[in-house]
Amino acid sequence: MFARDAAIAAALVILAAFDGAAAQTANQPPDTMSARVEACTPCHGNKGEGTSDVYFPRLAGKPSGYLYNQLLAFRSGRRKYPPMNYLLEFLPDPYLEAMAEYFAGEHPPLPQPAPSEVSKDVMAQGELLVTGGDAGRNIPACVSCHGPGLTGMQPGIPGLLGLRAAYISAQLGAWRYGTRTAKSPDCMQVVAGHLTEADVTAVAAWLAARPATDNPAPVPKGTYALPFGCGSQPN
Amino acid sequence: MVSKLSITLLAVAALTTTARAQDKTSDVIARGEYLARAGDCTACHTAPEGRLFAGGRAMPTPFGTIYTSNITPDPEAGIGKWTADDFYRTMHSGRFPDGGLIYPAMPFASYTKVTRADSDAIFAYLRSIAPVNQKNKPHELRFPYDNRQLILGWRTLFFSEGEFKPDPSKSAEWNRGAYLVEGLGHCGMCHSPINALGGTSQSDAFKGGLIPMQNWYAPSLTSNREAGLGDWSIKDITDLLQTGVSARGVVYGPMAEVVHNSLQYLNDADTKAMAVYLKGIAEGSSPPPASTVLPNTESSLLISLGKTVYDKNCASCHGTQGEGRPPHWPPLANNQSIEMQSAVNPIRMVLNGGYPPGTEGNPMPYGMPPFAGLLSDNEVAAVVSYIRTAWGNRGSPVSAREANELRSAPLN
Ligand code: HEC
Ligand code: HEC
Ligand code: HEC
Ligand code: HEC
Ligand code: HEC
Repeated sequence: MFARDAAIAAALVILAAFDGAAAQTANQPPDTMSARVEACTPCHGNKGEGTSDVYFPRLAGKPSGYLYNQLLAFRSGRRKYPPMNYLLEFLPDPYLEAMAEYFAGEHPPLPQPAPSEVSKDVMAQGELLVTGGDAGRNIPACVSCHGPGLTGMQPGIPGLLGLRAAYISAQLGAWRYGTRTAKSPDCMQVVAGHLTEADVTAVAAWLAARPATDNPAPVPKGTYALPFGCGSQPN
Repeated sequence: MVSKLSITLLAVAALTTTARAQDKTSDVIARGEYLARAGDCTACHTAPEGRLFAGGRAMPTPFGTIYTSNITPDPEAGIGKWTADDFYRTMHSGRFPDGGLIYPAMPFASYTKVTRADSDAIFAYLRSIAPVNQKNKPHELRFPYDNRQLILGWRTLFFSEGEFKPDPSKSAEWNRGAYLVEGLGHCGMCHSPINALGGTSQSDAFKGGLIPMQNWYAPSLTSNREAGLGDWSIKDITDLLQTGVSARGVVYGPMAEVVHNSLQYLNDADTKAMAVYLKGIAEGSSPPPASTVLPNTESSLLISLGKTVYDKNCASCHGTQGEGRPPHWPPLANNQSIEMQSAVNPIRMVLNGGYPPGTEGNPMPYGMPPFAGLLSDNEVAAVVSYIRTAWGNRGSPVSAREANELRSAPLN
């Protein structure tokens, strides 16, 4: 009898200890990246799919090297958006890399494009620039870097699908006015420098109107050669 | 930052190979590097994406912009021609080698407490880093503040020159903590109502430790109603200083910078010494009981809206009873830093969110989202009023106007 009581008591003690341990873990936030990036999700969506705010970009599925470069640029203040500059200021490189990998690895479906308000002519001009460029004005086709399917290339070239026109034109404008810069040589600055206000409106509208594709994954590094060098895309 | 750090390490590594011959020199340099960390020289003397200690960082002040100096050993642009005496004079007396007056934005009012030996070690370390030929930018101060003679007035009022004098009635540990906090740590530069950045604090706006230009409130370190640590355990204090998070609260804003660049690098003995001292200087009395002023109708309506906002937006992390999941999701119940008379910090937390600093002890901190774009002024005021008064907290309600004013506070 005594032995059995002792065994039960021991079992209870063990159980209690176990319970304590479980309660301890239960009392901690989940040890996951998704819990750690909850500070980002009101703006970028739970899986980085974007939100209804047209200036807040989708992050999901972009090459992790690209996302990491952006996080470094926001942390140092080189790319400016004060709410994000502030959040990232004291976070170390490996953590930013982990955040980049987290969002690069999420694949929520692309949104259906919003109806566009621009004219047919403007759309046609956008399509021309994106797919063929304008050699006369030194504008390379966007697809020559961003890929024939506009899905980008590992590790540093982002896809241009699933972005809203307002965001795209804001970014191109930022490059034209020098408030967004990338690693040198900053090829996007060269490209954006050749675009007029009207070009920006046209490419932004056409890109934002691309229908969602099933496989927006960036192609592997080296799949095609770039027309000229980009600091963000080591070769 | 980590990249800056690795530059330091590289510089030190390069140096140690050449200095192998004189082991003693490399010991002094290593100690100097440690002390430079304790003094957080890098916070001001390294610009974002700039070279280590090459200066050029803009410090906005109410009187214009001050640019920090190049303190690398470059003979033209930096302090390469300085002697250890010159350097000690800057640290100790706030004067340039030629006797000229240094602006108190350089915290010599605290560094004056640093011993000659420690000053020499820091100087030896600074001589060992890579020289950078980058000219100092002239300050952009408005008349009459561009006249350095005005610093004399400031010095008469606020500067008392002199190395740290240990208090023989206290333990060696307490004295070590006091030396670090009052001297190199220059904690008083932010944590006191009169601070060097704001000069004479004639304007009411600077009362009570509101850091000018930055709009953060640096609480009193002696009052248990503010950041006095009288009823904190030593472990909670050392956790806070070393990792940025603790069971009692977390650091954010300018204090996150201090932990990130400086405090996380201090060794366990020094951290504990600071904790012992900080706990020791807190007022012995426990804080007064909950305010008995009954809320009027308006503030009780505000607080009930606040509870709704809280349950929807905050409880998932901070808990329905404000218990949090410490240390990562800080508790809000019985958390001094939200109950202080100044509500600037909790309002800014709600507007801007934040991450505690990534530190060796907490390399992947959890974050809080900014609510500036999600909540109206009234909702921000309501939820801050709620957390300041719920669960036995002793703060007072805040108004929508206060919340609105802080929307434009600078974020860097
Ligand atoms: C307050 C809203 C907000 C929060 C919170 C926020 N972001 Fe952003 N984020 C933005 C906006 C707006 C931009 C575009 C900024 C610009 O105009 O360049 C952006 C851009 C980015 C980009 C670049 C995307 C691209 O395609 O170039 C990355 C990466 C990113 N954010 C990651 C994060 C991470 C990680 C967090 C959390 C630590 C976060 N963001 C928190 C609003 C936010
Ligand atoms: C020479 C190669 C190259 C060409 C041509 C090019 N891009 Fe880019 N683009 C890049 C690289 C590289 C980046 C990433 C830059 C960085 O690291 O910030 C980029 C980034 C972008 C971004 C930012 C995406 C985001 O999520 O923030 C947009 C928008 C963009 N490009 C649009 C265009 C358009 C429109 C064109 C054609 C007019 C174009 N690009 C042509 C290389 C190119
Ligand atoms: C809060 C910001 C701040 C911190 C922290 C700080 N400094 Fe300074 N320092 C300044 C500013 C601003 C000046 C320029 C003052 C002037 O022009 O009168 C300066 C000037 C100096 C100078 C004079 C150099 C010259 O030629 O102008 C030296 C030397 C110096 N600091 C060393 C240090 C050391 C060593 C530390 C760390 C123990 C340190 N500083 C920490 C802001 C700071
Ligand atoms: C650049 C200005 C600045 C400096 C320098 C500074 N602090 Fe702070 N400190 C703040 C601000 C602002 C807060 C309020 C934000 C917070 O609670 O983290 C704060 C908060 C604190 C808290 C309260 C944290 C809590 O959770 O209640 C402690 C303790 C503290 N500081 C200690 C120190 C010590 C010790 C030093 C010197 C080694 C120091 N501080 C130097 C600005 C500063
Ligand atoms: C995703 C989890 C999360 C949510 C949701 C959240 N917080 Fe936080 N909160 C945190 C974290 C993490 C910190 C520490 C941030 C830092 O140190 O910069 C924090 C810090 C705070 C602080 C400072 C605490 C201290 O120790 O001084 C206050 C006040 C606060 N939160 C209030 C709120 C309010 C009010 C809401 C709702 C409007 C809210 N939080 C929503 C995670 C969260």
